[in-house]
Amino acid sequence: MRVPSYSIPVTVIGGYLGAGKTTLVNHLLRNADGRRLAVLVNEFGSIAIDEDLIEAEEDGLISIAGGCICCSFGNDLIGAINDLRTSDPAPEHIVVETSGVALPGAVVASLGLMDGIRPDGTVVLVDAETVLKQVADDYIGDTITRQLADAEIVVINKRDLISDSAATRLTDRLTALAPHAVQIETDFGKVPLDAVLGAVETPSSGTRSGGHSDALFESIALNPTARFDVAAIAEHLATGPLGVVRAKGYLTGSDGQVWLVQTVGKRWQAEPLDHQPDPQLVCIGAKGQLDSGGIAALLQTA
Amino acid sequence: MTGTTIYAARKIITMNPNQPEVSHVAVREGRILGAGSLAELEPWGDYELDTRFADKVLMPGMIEGHAHTMEGTLWRNVYVGWFDRMDPDGKVWDGVKSIEGVLDRLSEAEAQMTDADTPLSGWSLDPIYMDNQRVSRQDLDKVSTTRPIGVLHASGHILNVNSKALEQAGLLKPGVNHPGIPLGDDGMPTGELYGPDAMTPVAGFVGYDRAMTDCDERGLLDYAKLCVRAGVTTSTDLAARLTDDSVSMMLDVTARNRFPLRVVPLRIFFGMTAEECVEYTKALKEQSTDLLRLGRIKAVADGSIQGFSARMRWPGYHNGAPNGLWYTAPDQMSELYNRALAAGIQVHTHTNGDQATQMALDVFEPALRANPSPDHRFTIQHCQLADAAQFAKMGKLGMCVNLFANHHFYWGDEHYRLTVGPERAMRMNATRTALAANVPLAIHSDAPVTPLGPLFTAWAAVNRITASGRTQGEGEKIGVDQALYAITMGAAYTLHLDAELGSIEIGKRADFAVLDDDPTAVDAMALKDIPVWGTVQGGRIFPAAEL
Repeated sequence: MRVPSYSIPVTVIGGYLGAGKTTLVNHLLRNADGRRLAVLVNEFGSIAIDEDLIEAEEDGLISIAGGCICCSFGNDLIGAINDLRTSDPAPEHIVVETSGVALPGAVVASLGLMDGIRPDGTVVLVDAETVLKQVADDYIGDTITRQLADAEIVVINKRDLISDSAATRLTDRLTALAPHAVQIETDFGKVPLDAVLGAVETPSSGTRSGGHSDALFESIALNPTARFDVAAIAEHLATGPLGVVRAKGYLTGSDGQVWLVQTVGKRWQAEPLDHQPDPQLVCIGAKGQLDSGGIAALLQTA
Repeated sequence: MTGTTIYAARKIITMNPNQPEVSHVAVREGRILGAGSLAELEPWGDYELDTRFADKVLMPGMIEGHAHTMEGTLWRNVYVGWFDRMDPDGKVWDGVKSIEGVLDRLSEAEAQMTDADTPLSGWSLDPIYMDNQRVSRQDLDKVSTTRPIGVLHASGHILNVNSKALEQAGLLKPGVNHPGIPLGDDGMPTGELYGPDAMTPVAGFVGYDRAMTDCDERGLLDYAKLCVRAGVTTSTDLAARLTDDSVSMMLDVTARNRFPLRVVPLRIFFGMTAEECVEYTKALKEQSTDLLRLGRIKAVADGSIQGFSARMRWPGYHNGAPNGLWYTAPDQMSELYNRALAAGIQVHTHTNGDQATQMALDVFEPALRANPSPDHRFTIQHCQLADAAQFAKMGKLGMCVNLFANHHFYWGDEHYRLTVGPERAMRMNATRTALAANVPLAIHSDAPVTPLGPLFTAWAAVNRITASGRTQGEGEKIGVDQALYAITMGAAYTLHLDAELGSIEIGKRADFAVLDDDPTAVDAMALKDIPVWGTVQGGRIFPAAEL
């Protein structure tokens, strides 16, 4: 199936109360860096946007410096997304912050029924200090387990509150609970936009550190000229040992056609395109874990 | 209405233990001036003796403690339920006993529609009684291929649609990937939509839009007619958004001269934070009138048992289905309870599974300690699977319960066989255990999920018969007197309205149900068949035959 060029990516952010979803949302808005994000807050959430970010507030819609907006979707997520999709200008990327007990997979399945948008990443936040206790809780344990099972990216927030040995135990448990996800460790929700939302445009080639994320992340941008089995490359980027959290770009297939490649966590997509953009690819990963050399070798640009 | 009218009746059931039965009731200014013998009432001065009820039995106007006025709106759609059911105009629609019958009834309605594009909406389909036969879009295409058609199931959780409806929703295509949307051999959706997530994208095209739970003016008027026919003079509307528009509509309608119903709408805890919800409800309370009582909150802890979305304690569902869903997180429920107790706002909480009930109790107890509220009357609604220990805890915490007695009749067999198994099916809606634990008790219909009719609900609690005719849970039966109390004083108590309503006593509102027979004298199995002549509401007389 070909990706329609007009579809707006929607990233779903889940996780139980206190995991840091609101902090992450504020971080994304603060570092949107020219991207027009629209953040939709769940049916029980307050729109707790940092005061200094707010430019105007009218009828429950908060306008944020730089063209981002934020509102609560109340009891009508589908309606709210339809409104955004048809607004002018439409947002470049929609972020949905679900309620603490929502199953992100169910939200993504619903979004998949809508025209004009495409689900782009399921991010589940956990509180490093409390998540294992929550997983064992009679009431909410199975809900959190189900949330994690849906995750493509698990953000381990408040990492500074636990020891390194506790962190090791935690990542082992999370690997079992969220087998389809890559894990990102952070504090105060400081995850680079590109990791959570994907790269909007490919920067010129080279490696750079994530500017707004305490240098916890880095990215690599390449201009691969060879022809590839694009699906195999995409799968390797997503599931191989290269430390890639997200990748996006264009590669030339063995048939000479240009393909769109996207990976989120361990999920990947590769689709031939109608148009022929220049081949380029950007990969994002945690600093020290992103295997830039391996990626360059894979794409024969080394 | 400044004069005094004394009504003579064959019998007046008062719910006043000092004089459970009397022959006369005096009414002045819409209130009860006194109940007793004519001789006892005469000293109040000049009066007019009205004997129109001389062969009738009066009881306190019945109070439906858990229903949705949406039932009034649904009757504009085509009824395709299994059971006979009366519409607001008093017409009894025969139950439909086969899928062919459902299609025939839809076709009849379709033939009468003049506008080609208007959707055709059916409601109350229940294939459980038809060997769980499925209804595909091809079936509904026989009714029309050009008009969108949607048929809502009795549970409210499944929607069947035709090809046109799928096409309009953009879902008549291969590759649809959703757990609630099964695909046929051709790779296209079958037209069966399971659960709100799958229903929502199509519902708006078949007449079931998102505002469906917000009753409109005509719906409220029709709902009130149903109430008169059922002997109901006060009804909750248990979950509404209560927008400015809907509140002003309700204020307008309930203020009309011949509107026969007191409406008690609860603001749903959804779409706003706990803090906002409590503040919003507090402000609503100020707008209350005699016939529109605002200022209560409804919270929803979990889903439904037959939908396998209720939260169950160990060992879970009888058929091994995974545990259900939280609709509100425990921490959010806790915040709501704390804030509502502090503000003096009452909360009614929907729980179906026993784990959801336990969660509500677990978060309520510390909230109550932190916000001492001796007369809070927080009420658990449905509470279908609660056990004796949970009722004991509710009693100690001063909580009330409103049990879903009708459910036992309509889905009891299904619960016995499939969802929770025999042992827990027998204890469902444990009215006797609740009373034994001193938990103030109401019982309900949850209309439109089951038909409005407190006498039927009382019958269900007294006899505990399932649709197949089995008695399920002999030990949880209650007496006729207890059941009649539950649909009058019991329900009034759960709403803090017992000082004004629920009994025929001096000073209370002149709200009566007028019956053609005596519920305390007929066979308990005949309770549901007692004809309702109409009601008296605030001293105004509403014969069902003249609606």
